[in-house]
Amino acid sequence: MSEAEGIKALRTEAAQWLAEHLTGKYAPLRHRGGSGDGDAFPELRKEWERELASGRWTCPGWPPEHGGRGLSIAEQVAFQEEYGLAGGPGRMGHIGEGLVGPTLIAFGTDDQKSRFLPGILNGTEFWCQGYSEPSAGSDLGNIKTRARLDPATGDWLVTGQKVWTSLAHLSDWIFVLARCEEGSVGRNGLIFLLIKIDQPGVEIRPIRQIGGGAEFNEVFFADARAHARDVVGQPGDGWRIAMALLGFERGISTLGQQMSFAQELDLIIEIAKENGTALRPAIRHRIARAWIGLRAMRYLAMRVLSTDPDGDVQREGLSYKYHWSNWHRDLGKLAMDVLGPEANIISDDWRRERLQQLFLFSRADTIYGGTNEIQLNILAEQGLGMPREPRGTSK
Amino acid sequence: MNLDLTADQRAIRDEAGRFLDENSSSKDVRRIVDAGGGTDEALWRTVARDLGWCAMSIPEECGGLGLDMTEMSLLMEVCGAHLACMPLWSTACLAAPLLVETGNERARETLLPAIAGGEISATVAWPALAHAEQLIAISVTARPEGEGYRLEGEVAMVADLPGADLILVPARLPDGTVALFALDRTLPLKITVLKTLDATRPLGALSLTDLAVPAEGRVDENGIGASAAERALAFGILGLAAEQLGAARAVMDLTLAYIGERVQFGRTIASFQAIKHRCAKLEVDFAEARSLVYGAAAGFSDWSGEEANAEVAAARVLASELLFRAAEESIQLHGGVGFTWEYDPHLYFKRAQASNALLGAPEGHLDAIADAIIGRGAEA
Ligand SMILES: Cc1cc2nc3c(=O)[nH]c(=O)nc-3n(C[C@H](O)[C@H](O)[C@H](O)COP(=O)(O)OP(=O)(O)OC[C@H]3O[C@@H](n4cnc5c(N)ncnc54)[C@H](O)[C@@H]3O)c2cc1C
Repeated sequence: MSEAEGIKALRTEAAQWLAEHLTGKYAPLRHRGGSGDGDAFPELRKEWERELASGRWTCPGWPPEHGGRGLSIAEQVAFQEEYGLAGGPGRMGHIGEGLVGPTLIAFGTDDQKSRFLPGILNGTEFWCQGYSEPSAGSDLGNIKTRARLDPATGDWLVTGQKVWTSLAHLSDWIFVLARCEEGSVGRNGLIFLLIKIDQPGVEIRPIRQIGGGAEFNEVFFADARAHARDVVGQPGDGWRIAMALLGFERGISTLGQQMSFAQELDLIIEIAKENGTALRPAIRHRIARAWIGLRAMRYLAMRVLSTDPDGDVQREGLSYKYHWSNWHRDLGKLAMDVLGPEANIISDDWRRERLQQLFLFSRADTIYGGTNEIQLNILAEQGLGMPREPRGTSK
Repeated sequence: MNLDLTADQRAIRDEAGRFLDENSSSKDVRRIVDAGGGTDEALWRTVARDLGWCAMSIPEECGGLGLDMTEMSLLMEVCGAHLACMPLWSTACLAAPLLVETGNERARETLLPAIAGGEISATVAWPALAHAEQLIAISVTARPEGEGYRLEGEVAMVADLPGADLILVPARLPDGTVALFALDRTLPLKITVLKTLDATRPLGALSLTDLAVPAEGRVDENGIGASAAERALAFGILGLAAEQLGAARAVMDLTLAYIGERVQFGRTIASFQAIKHRCAKLEVDFAEARSLVYGAAAGFSDWSGEEANAEVAAARVLASELLFRAAEESIQLHGGVGFTWEYDPHLYFKRAQASNALLGAPEGHLDAIADAIIGRGAEA
């Protein structure tokens, strides 16, 4: 079978499977649980993870020896697109599958792989990301949470606070970046730990969000215990592991995400035609611009995911996050303007509800994963070779 | 669809870049500009005859290399970066595609091979239209007389007209068909060279007064149909977008070089975050515009006229806006010297505004995209 035929077959298999399984009790999950909407139907979405696992659709990009299908990038993209087209819900297992798994496969011990990968693969253990702290947001190197070695056991005792931790209240494990060397500053002296959430030293407090729900949380640690065997990499090497983890998000899921972006745009066009705003020249131009932005996103993603990106492509890839997140935010505003005064009215009209969610939740897109301003700094410094931002001295 | 550039494509781009670095530097461009504009004849001869750039997208059976749109758009990008003063766009992106789409035997056996071989330059006297439906806007008329025709009408602005060896004129027959005429310089054409702010691309006004054209002057096969015109125009529009993209990159690089050297308040002005962020935003716009140009070029040969229309319109809107912003930011970030004749930003600034208006300004392209994805205004 040629590569193209293989991809076609995979698409058919995925589309069929999703059509058969994303129905019945799972039907309400369609289009739900995306970024910002992470607390929608949590228990049902966990069940959905196990359903996916039964069809071998969790972790399809992982190598076969770890239980994946070993799909190529093009195949993973095809699956993501089918998933998006089918309205597949935001993945509760995303952090495990996309971040923790690849990190453990690359840097973990055999013991770690054998204890953690199966839970991720089977949709039975869920993970969250403990990076941000009250004083370490954009400036992630300013982490204050401390990890102290317990000489008796070799375990690490963790004290401090994380914040904005998505899905912590629904997770079994958290990976934490903490300071393990007394007096160290910045990127040095950090450790990357895997910590079990269900223990006395860990407390989770949900934070109510812009949409009224609570996807993210504060996580407090008071001598919480991370076992000696749950350090990834070496103590002191945490920054490198933490950054590598972020690097595994190569944006494959973004092509699936574009499918739901396209559906959102279609919905806006549909409503604009119904309520007559589609006749207004200014709205027509904004819709045309949204379409242009989506085409650009698609082509840029295809170039970034290409097998042999040249230097130009690598530089242009740095624009991707800024582009899609701002595009999506603008789409939310366009949706509201097309709805007009009705946009303000809460009702159970699912179309309006979806666009209101788009409007509110897309505000997070330009904050998490590196804010707009940080993206522009990265573009200027790494992409264009401009001078780095000076560091201040305030605490 | 695969958007990776092949090794051959990269080589074409890189060699073209090296050639123009040497032969169309700012000094070369200024020689033309200071003389009031025109074509760099020596440059054009080499490009057309020796390097065969005009042959790229012409089918092999018409003497060309039969390559995809991607190669041509890479060349246009490089030309744009150098503001190269030569009629490559009008010859290879306007005239050749129109002949390929609509030409008769003479067009295919004589004219296209002459273009491919770099023997002649050519242009098309389109009205300032962006879309084939505006074929209605064609005001030149052709009246059959004996074996031949009589042409009458004016086209106010034709790119590269003053130096063109071959002038393709779409003209309306009494029955409404739009025919294509190939006029050469032996005919008594009235060409007025226009004085332009942007001296890097000559423009002329064409005036035809009861011009007798022999039968073989008509070179279309069955008239210019809407979809053929659409594809030919789409080629031109995409070529222009690629050229604008290249010009934008060059003026951005010029700016980055300057602000990396200029010191104020004890630091380079490139170290100010307000300035970094403006450059970074341009970079985002550039990545978007380039992706659209490459995407449209890669898909071009598979698309219908209508699909190609929306895709190239998208590339064109972003490339036009990008070039203008990049050029105006260049002037601003250069400070006082940005306002001088001596520094280069003004060359790009003028090119930006002039090329923005060629083959339809962005608003018209946005209208066309809206029509395609929402439906016509009236029916919506
Ligand atoms: C929905 C959501 C989910 C999240 N989930 C997680 C999670 O699961 N795990 C986790 O660890 N974190 C998570 N985060 C946190 C997120 O990564 C941070 O919010 C983000 O890094 C910004 O940090 P901050 O909130 O402290 O803002 P700050 O860093 O205080 O930024 C405030 C403003 O200042 C600007 N700013 C900061 N530094 C600069 C600079 N150098 N130059 C110019 N401007 C600057 C920022 O761009 C921003 O506009 C989540 C956030 C959101 C919104």
